Amino acid sequence: MLKRLIYSREGVLSIIVLAMFFGVGVISPDFISLSNSVSIFNDTSILIMLALGQMLVILTRCIDLSVAANVAFTGMFVAMVNQYFPELHMSLLIFLSLFIGALLGAINGLFVWLLKVPSIVITLGTMSIYRGATFLLSDGAWVNSHQMSESFIGLPRYEILSMPVLGWMAIAAIILFFWAMKFSVWGRNFYSAGGNPMAAFYSGVNVGKVQFYAFLVSGTLSGLCGYLWVSRFAVAYVDVANGFELQVIAACVIGGVSIVGGLGTVVGCVIGALFIGVVNNALPIIGVSPFWQMAISGLVIIIAVIANATSDKDKARIILRNPNANDEIRAN
Amino acid sequence: MNNAIFSLKKVSKVFPGVRALDGVDLHLYPGQVTALIGENGAGKSTLVKTMTGIYQPDGGEIIFNGKPVQFHSPHDSHALGITAIHQETVLFDDLTVAENIFLGNYPMTKHFSIDWSTMVTRSQEILSSINAQMDPNQILRELSIGQKHMVGIARALSVDAKVVILDEPTAALSHHEIHELYELVNTLRDQGKAILFITHKFDEIFTLADRYTVFRDGCYVGEGFIKDTNEAQLVEMMVARSIEATYPKKDVEIGETLLEVSNLCHTTEFADISFSLKKGEILGVYGLVGSGRTEVMQALFGTTDHVTGTVKMNGKEVIIHSPKEAIDNGIVYVPEERQKQGIVLELPIYQNVSLPQMERLAKHGQIDEEGEMALARQYCERLQVKASCWDEKVMNLSGGNQQKVVIAKWLATNPKVIILDEPTKGIDIGSKAAVHEFMSELVDSGLSVIMVSSELPEILGMSDRILVMNEGLIVGELSRADATPEKVVSLATGGSVAC
Amino acid sequence: MDTTIKKSATPDSMFTSKLQGLLRWESFLVLIVFLVCVMNSYLSPYFLDPWNLSDATFNFTEKALIALPMAMLIIAKEIDISVAAIISLSSTLMGLVAQMGAPVYVVAFVGVLAGAACGLFNGVLVTRFKIPSIVVTIGTMSLFRGISYILLGDQVVRDYPDGFEFFGQGYVYWVFSFELVLFAFFALVFYWLLHRTTFGRYTYAIGNNPTASYYSGIKVDKHRLILFTLVGVMSGVASVLLTSRLGSTRPSIAMGWELSIITMVVLGGVSILGGSGTIAGVVLAVILMGLVTFGMGLLNIPGIVMTIIVGVMLITVVSLPVLITLYKNKKAKAL
Repeated sequence: MLKRLIYSREGVLSIIVLAMFFGVGVISPDFISLSNSVSIFNDTSILIMLALGQMLVILTRCIDLSVAANVAFTGMFVAMVNQYFPELHMSLLIFLSLFIGALLGAINGLFVWLLKVPSIVITLGTMSIYRGATFLLSDGAWVNSHQMSESFIGLPRYEILSMPVLGWMAIAAIILFFWAMKFSVWGRNFYSAGGNPMAAFYSGVNVGKVQFYAFLVSGTLSGLCGYLWVSRFAVAYVDVANGFELQVIAACVIGGVSIVGGLGTVVGCVIGALFIGVVNNALPIIGVSPFWQMAISGLVIIIAVIANATSDKDKARIILRNPNANDEIRAN
Repeated sequence: MNNAIFSLKKVSKVFPGVRALDGVDLHLYPGQVTALIGENGAGKSTLVKTMTGIYQPDGGEIIFNGKPVQFHSPHDSHALGITAIHQETVLFDDLTVAENIFLGNYPMTKHFSIDWSTMVTRSQEILSSINAQMDPNQILRELSIGQKHMVGIARALSVDAKVVILDEPTAALSHHEIHELYELVNTLRDQGKAILFITHKFDEIFTLADRYTVFRDGCYVGEGFIKDTNEAQLVEMMVARSIEATYPKKDVEIGETLLEVSNLCHTTEFADISFSLKKGEILGVYGLVGSGRTEVMQALFGTTDHVTGTVKMNGKEVIIHSPKEAIDNGIVYVPEERQKQGIVLELPIYQNVSLPQMERLAKHGQIDEEGEMALARQYCERLQVKASCWDEKVMNLSGGNQQKVVIAKWLATNPKVIILDEPTKGIDIGSKAAVHEFMSELVDSGLSVIMVSSELPEILGMSDRILVMNEGLIVGELSRADATPEKVVSLATGGSVAC
Repeated sequence: MDTTIKKSATPDSMFTSKLQGLLRWESFLVLIVFLVCVMNSYLSPYFLDPWNLSDATFNFTEKALIALPMAMLIIAKEIDISVAAIISLSSTLMGLVAQMGAPVYVVAFVGVLAGAACGLFNGVLVTRFKIPSIVVTIGTMSLFRGISYILLGDQVVRDYPDGFEFFGQGYVYWVFSFELVLFAFFALVFYWLLHRTTFGRYTYAIGNNPTASYYSGIKVDKHRLILFTLVGVMSGVASVLLTSRLGSTRPSIAMGWELSIITMVVLGGVSILGGSGTIAGVVLAVILMGLVTFGMGLLNIPGIVMTIIVGVMLITVVSLPVLITLYKNKKAKAL
C-alpha cells in the first residue's frame, strides 16, 4: 500500500514539491517558517481554486481558456459595483461574482453541450470577448484601492487562526471537491464521461450535460476568483490575470490530470498548483529574476505531459498468457 | 404470446443508406432464454441498441409489461430493469472493477454520498457468484480481455434486472469460461429473468435456449420453440440458401513458397509465430477475438513496434518497420476496422485508390489527376464498385462497396501477398459473395492470400490451409481436407485436436 | 479518337458535384468581402485611395503569412498556438544578433532559422511523444515567450542595422509593399503545395483519417513534423517583417496573435476538426479581416473592440454550420 502511494503520481509530485520547499529552506531558513508557508499557500489559493475548476473541464475532454478573461471581467464588474454602490453588503457582492462567473461559464458550456463545438475554439473566442467586454465595461479605466470600500478589500485578508480568509476559501474548495469527486454521483460522472464517453452514454450519463456542468463550475470559481484577485491586489484593470489560464492548465497537467480526459485527482491537482506556487515564491529568494517564471512553467508543462505520455504507454494490453508476464503483473 | 414481458412490434431503424431493422418482431418471456439468430449484418446489434435506448426506433412499438414504452436514453431502459452485455466492452479502463460494475447505479449512504465499502463488498459477492476471481479495487486497465468481459457480466447483474440481453457473450471467452457462463444463464433463468441470447453458434442455441427468433438482413424471418426445430431448419431460415454455394473456392495450382515467417515475437501480444505461404495459396487464420491474430498481421504489415523474428520474401530476408516498407515489399493489408484503418471516408473514391502510390503517379511532386482517375477506373471496374461517379466520396458508399474500394486500392499497387482481416465483416450477403469470388480470382492470377476470420464457414470454405491461434500462439495447423468445425473450434478454445 | 474510347458505366465526375463546388464557403466570402468594400467606401471617402488601401494591408500581411501554413496544419488535424511566442523568440534573437552588429541578411536569416527551430521543436514533441499538439503548444507558447523574457527582461532592442527596415516598410513597386508582395508570393506557393502536390493530398488524407493514411504507407509523423516546421519557418518570416516594421523588439511583441491567426484560418472555411479547407478561402478571410479592421480604423473604433469582433466571428463561424445542420435535421424530422 505504502509502495503504491509512493509510486503514484501524487506521491512522486509531493516528494518533488517538498524537496524543492526544503531545498530553498536550506538557502533561506525563513522560507520554510510557518508564517511563510501559510503565505505561500495563501498566494497559491486562487490558482488552486481555478485549477480545480479547470480539472473538471479537462476530465471531460475539454479545455477552458477563458478562465483568466472571466476573472478579469467579473473582477472589474464587482469592483465597479463596489465603486458606485459602496454600501452594498459584501455577501451580495460575492453572490454577484459567483453569478456573473457562472453565467460566463454557462455560455461556454452551452456551446459545447448543445452545438458540440470544440471547446478550444469556443473558449479561445470567449477569452477575447470577455477580455474585450472588460474594456467596454470600464472604458479602459482602472479601479484603484481608494475607490474600493474597506470591507471589499478587507474580506480576503481577514485572518482566522492566522490564515487569511482567502486561504480558508481554498481549503473549503479543496474539501468540497474532494468529497464531490469521490463520493457524489455528480462528481464521478466527470470521470466516466471523460474516460469513455460512449460507455458513459450507455450507462445513462448525459455526456454533454456533464461537460456543461464542468464549464459552469469552472466559470463560477473564476467569478469568485475575479473578486478575490481584484480585492487582493486592490486594483481592477483590463489586463488583470492576463495569460493566467496557462498557469491554471499547467497546474492541472503537472498534477497528472490527463489532457485526453477521465484521469486526474483533486489531490494531484492541488499539489500541481502548489508546485507552481512554491516555484514562484522561491525564485526571488534564490536570486533568479521573475522573468524566468514564464519559461519555467512552460518547461514544466512540457516535461509533465511527456511524463504522462510515457507512463501511459506502459499499460499495453496483454494477450500472451506467459507465466513470467503474469508474475510481473502480480509483483506490481 | 400474451405473457411476454418485453416485446418489439414492427420496429424499424434506418441509417443513411441502410435499413438496419425493417419491421422486426421479438418477444421475451420471464424464465425463458430466447436465442436471437442471424448472420453478421442481420441487424442483431442494432436491435440490442434499440432495446436499450441507445438508438430510437424510426417506427414500430416497444411494449414492456403490456404497456407501450419509449426509451429516450439508455437511462430509461435501465430504469425498467433492462440490462445488456454489449458485444464491444463498454467499460471504463481507468476506473476500478467495483466502480465499473456499479457505474450509473451507485449504492448510496444516507448522507447522499457513494457508499464505496458496500460497493466493494457487493462487487465481491457478484464476482464470486459468477466465479470470477479478481480484486474489486483493481483498475480495469490491468485486466485481460476475458476478465473484462466478466466485469461486463457482473455489471449487468448488479441491477435487479428483469430482462438480460447477452450480445455474443462467448466470442472472447475460453472453453472453460464459456461453460461457467452457461451455468450463469441457467441460474438467471431459474430466477425468472427474461433472457435474450444473441449468437451464431448452434451448439449454444441448442444447449441454452428455450425459444428462438431468426433475423435476416434486418428482417424478421420467424420464431418458435427450440424443441420443435433442428439445425438444418435454422440454417435455412438464417441464410435461405445452401452454404456450399457461398464459397466459390477454385482449385488453383499452388506454387513455390513465397513468404516465410519465422519466430516472430512480441513482448506482450504474441510469441513464436512461424508459418509459410505459397504462391496461389489461401491461408486461413482462425482464432477468437483477442487471440492475437490481428496483432500478428499488423506486425507483418509493419505497424507494430518491438517485434523480433525474421520475414523472408522469395527466400530473401526483408525488414518491415512501416506500412510503406511492407507495401514496397509487396505485402498489403486490408484491415478489419475498415472505416478506421482502411479508407479515408471523406475523400473521393479515386483519391483513396491512388493514395498508396501518389509518389509514383506524381510528376515532380505535382499530382497527376488523370493518372489517378485512370487507375481508379481500372481497378474499381474490375471489382465492380457501385458508385455514381469515381469522384464520389467513399462515405456515400455501402459497406460492401467501401470494402471493394479498399481492395481496389491495394490491388492497384500490384502486391504479392494480400492480407485480408475479417474481409466480410459487417457487409451484406451479396457483397460477401463477391468478395469471396474475387479472392478466388486473386489466387488464380498468382497472388497469395492470408485471410483472418472468425467466421468458421468462411475459414473452412475458402482456405487451402488453416492456422489456429489462441492466446498469442499458433496452436495448430490443419489442411483443407483435415479441417472440421469441431477441430478448429476445439484448438481455438484451448483444447487439443484429439477431441 | 472519341469513338474508340471505351465508354465506362461510371463517369469520372458529375455535373451536380461541380455545381455544388460553386456554392461553397469561398463564394460566400467573396460576397461578404464585396459588401464590406461597398460599406467602407460609403462610410469614408478615403477608403478607395490606393495608398490608404496599401497602408491597410500592413495590419494583416504578417498574420496572414502564418495563416497559410497554419491552414495546412489544421487541415492535418493539428494546431499550433505557440506561433505568437515563436515571433517573440525569433524577434528577440534577431535583436540580440543585431546588437552584436550583424549585417541585415544575417539578422533576417537568424529570425527565420529561429522560427524553423521552434517549429521543429513543437513537431518533435508532438510526433516523438504522441502528445496532443494543443498541449504541446500551450507549453511551448509559454516556454518560447518565457525565453524571450529571460533574454531581454524589460529591455527594448532598437539597434537594427540600416536597410533592415525594408522588409517591413519598403515598397517593391508603386503601392505594392514588400510585405504584400511576399504574401502574394507565399499564397501562390501554398496554393500549389496544398492543392497540386502529393504533399497537399497527404495533408487532407491525414486530416481526415490519420490511421488509414498510415496504413496506406504515408509517413504520417514525418509529414506532421514538416508541417510544424513550416509553421515555424513562416512565423520566423513574419517575425522579420514585424520586427522590421516596428523597428524594435520587446518580449511582449505580437501578444495574442495566435487567436487572430486561428480565426483567419477558421473563417476561411478550414474545419477546426481537420480534413477540409482551401487556401483560397483563407486568403479571402485574411482580406475580409483586413478590410473590417481598416473600416473600424476609419470609424475610430479602438483596437480592443476588434478582439471582441474577432472572438464573435470565430464562434459564429464554427457554430453556424452546426446550427444549420441541426435546423435541417429538425425540418427533416418534422416532414
